[in-house]
Amino acid sequence: MKNSLIILIFFLVGIFMGLLKILPEFLVANDYSMYALYALMFLVGISIGADRESWKVIRQMNLKILLVPSGIAAGTLAGSAIIGALVPGLNIRESMAVGAGFGYYSLSSIFISQISGETLGVIALLSNIMREIFTLLLTPVLVLYFGNLAGIASGGATSMDTTMPVIVKYSGKEWGIVAVFSGVVLSVAVPFLVSFILKVNL
Amino acid sequence: MTTVLILMAAGILLGVFLNKHTHLLKVVDRLITYAIYLLLFLLGIAVGTNKTIIANLGSIGIKALLVTLGSVAGSVLVLWMLYNVIFPPAKTKERKNEK
Repeated sequence: MKNSLIILIFFLVGIFMGLLKILPEFLVANDYSMYALYALMFLVGISIGADRESWKVIRQMNLKILLVPSGIAAGTLAGSAIIGALVPGLNIRESMAVGAGFGYYSLSSIFISQISGETLGVIALLSNIMREIFTLLLTPVLVLYFGNLAGIASGGATSMDTTMPVIVKYSGKEWGIVAVFSGVVLSVAVPFLVSFILKVNL
Repeated sequence: MTTVLILMAAGILLGVFLNKHTHLLKVVDRLITYAIYLLLFLLGIAVGTNKTIIANLGSIGIKALLVTLGSVAGSVLVLWMLYNVIFPPAKTKERKNEK
């Protein structure tokens, strides 16, 4: 939560500096974010590859546990597709791409703004931050009405780190591994799914 | 975007070999945090200098909220069904005990 706040502050400071036009010209004229994204993805790769916990979880998995992230992806994409069809000013493809961030707001917003421009990038940022906040606040209620997997479902990619403590607290410790596994799978899927959804021609 | 995915795959491979270098990995984690700060700062600048976004911030926020509600509702419902179909043991036992 502390990290999310710092990230939000960086974003807001960027907005204000952009609004006030107090930036050196070279920063505005050139888009350096692509290079920073390259660096970020390489580093994220290293940390996934080196994390013994995630390999251990993957080795222990059976088909049942794989259904959890698959079901979350299917439900998220179906839900966001419906919103995309109903809400004026959003189309199904854009809405599904935003949903496919699964709460991983830093990566999905950066990715989406590279492919589709800043407007959709900002929608992705806000929507996925909201997903994390929702999960942190609503997991107790969701678990009560929709069973022990509800917090993991709502958390999406965040169930491996930021929202895991809440999920474990309200669903029980035995769901911790499932939460981590599902979060890891969904996090890795974000860049693939987002670029697939935005680029595939049907 | 293919470049990005290839870089990530290369990182994962490298990471497998680095998994014993704990303090190097701590540096990697710190660099990830800094890269995210930098990227969100840059996205902020792009947003701040984009008049269309600033003028429509309210409707952008509402769209974001609606997508979130759709995503959360969809995934919670699918996993509720899954939970009842595939992971029922603890629950059914409880119910039997109640009877």
